[in-house]
Amino acid sequence: MPNPTNDKPVNANSVNKSNQGMLDKFRNLPNDSPQKIVVVTIILCLTCSIMVSSAAVLLRPLQLSEEQLSKRIEILKVAGLYDEDESINSLFNHIETRIVDLASGEYVTNIDPDRYDYERATREPETSVEIPKNQDIAKINRSAKYAPVYLVKEGDEIKNIILPIYGYGLWSTMYAFISLQADGKTVEAISFYQHGETPGLGAEIANPQWQQRWVNKQIFDQQGEVRLRVIHGAVDKTSKNAPYDIDGISGATLTGNGVTNMIRYWFGERGFGPYLAKLQQGA
Amino acid sequence: MELEHKKILLEPVVDNNPITLQILGICSALAVTTQLAPSLVMSLALTVVLVSSSVTISVIRHHIPSNIRIIVYMTIIASFVIVVDQFLQAFAYDLAQQLSVFIGLIITNCIVLGRAEAFANKNPVWPSFLDALGHGMGYSVILISVASLRELFGNGSLFGYKIFIPITEGGWYEPNGLMLLAPSAFFIIGLLIWAIRSWKPAQVEKPEHQIRVVHRTEAR
Repeated sequence: MPNPTNDKPVNANSVNKSNQGMLDKFRNLPNDSPQKIVVVTIILCLTCSIMVSSAAVLLRPLQLSEEQLSKRIEILKVAGLYDEDESINSLFNHIETRIVDLASGEYVTNIDPDRYDYERATREPETSVEIPKNQDIAKINRSAKYAPVYLVKEGDEIKNIILPIYGYGLWSTMYAFISLQADGKTVEAISFYQHGETPGLGAEIANPQWQQRWVNKQIFDQQGEVRLRVIHGAVDKTSKNAPYDIDGISGATLTGNGVTNMIRYWFGERGFGPYLAKLQQGA
Repeated sequence: MELEHKKILLEPVVDNNPITLQILGICSALAVTTQLAPSLVMSLALTVVLVSSSVTISVIRHHIPSNIRIIVYMTIIASFVIVVDQFLQAFAYDLAQQLSVFIGLIITNCIVLGRAEAFANKNPVWPSFLDALGHGMGYSVILISVASLRELFGNGSLFGYKIFIPITEGGWYEPNGLMLLAPSAFFIIGLLIWAIRSWKPAQVEKPEHQIRVVHRTEAR
């Protein structure tokens, strides 16, 4: 292997000239010589990484605000406040974001709700807990210690409580916002905004017509057990379970089971159960 | 010379279409074509990646060591795909969410690597640009036709606007659920290939096997 430093003229006087020499020599190297391969690789990797990282860094603020905006639109939709003509952020003034300690059910005051990154908190070991396998009915593995809740207010009065919930369906995690009436037990609305269920079958959970069937359903029975569930087939209106049952989507039994499990988890002890219990005592 | 360039640009649209003749890039054609809007964005994204990587590779073609050329192509293609993905997330967030991994999977799209190796590596910048643009258009034409058919018959809509009102919303149209599943894209692409080859018989391949009818009396 020829050593490139041996035949390079040492010229301390003219840096310019030696640069020129190096460039020419580089250009004249045979393409498959090891030196050329190394130099081409290094230049290529540097250029590409600068391009990729500057795109990522420069576009990050825009991406974050887009992400926040699309989430706010979902929250406004489930709150029934969404209006295409009005500015999202001014509409969002009707909604107060609070952070809840899931274990105790108390509001947390030392976290700024506007800057709390719930998805990230769910991933990071310091801000989340691992769910024991036998209790992980929604199949989400980890859950953040603190979760945001969105309070729709009319004056000082809380009108609706919007909770972010998610769980595993048939193919992937389904994300939803569920809006409750002020009593904390009656469903006002639900919206599945992200999922990967089968188009035409499980994906019907995103259909507003089906989501309409959730309205006014009861989550808990008299004893405080979570009873709301998606059943097989249509609801028998005369059954005593009718206030808790939601019509299943035909051909989407497993997605329906996933939705039921997600409701059972998020309204249970490990989810918003303690928070809603506190809220009902206070009200 | 002008004629030559025009041919490079237009040939891949029908006569040498990457999907229907070269049968490349089928994966994304199956996955994203349930609706028109994401298919349009996917076509644009692929065309941008294809054009920019072909031009870059053509510019540095004399300096790519042939031992590592595939890795060089992949690095360039991957970088452009990430940049395009970042742009989509910043300016078309909802569609980027819908397309999810499929933008990232442009990296593995055979059309892009295929053009780099078969054309950009050997030709000057301007023809490489035209060739990439032509292949991008060929891909887009198929994606958009498949998506129009699937969205129209699967949802009764185009770009989300209802054309056929479904029964569930008080109309007359019973949506064809199969159209929303991946197999339907196979059927549609197959029918398209059939249609194009009936129109342009030059594309019909010679059969690999021929059944020779031997009359019983001729058989030994």
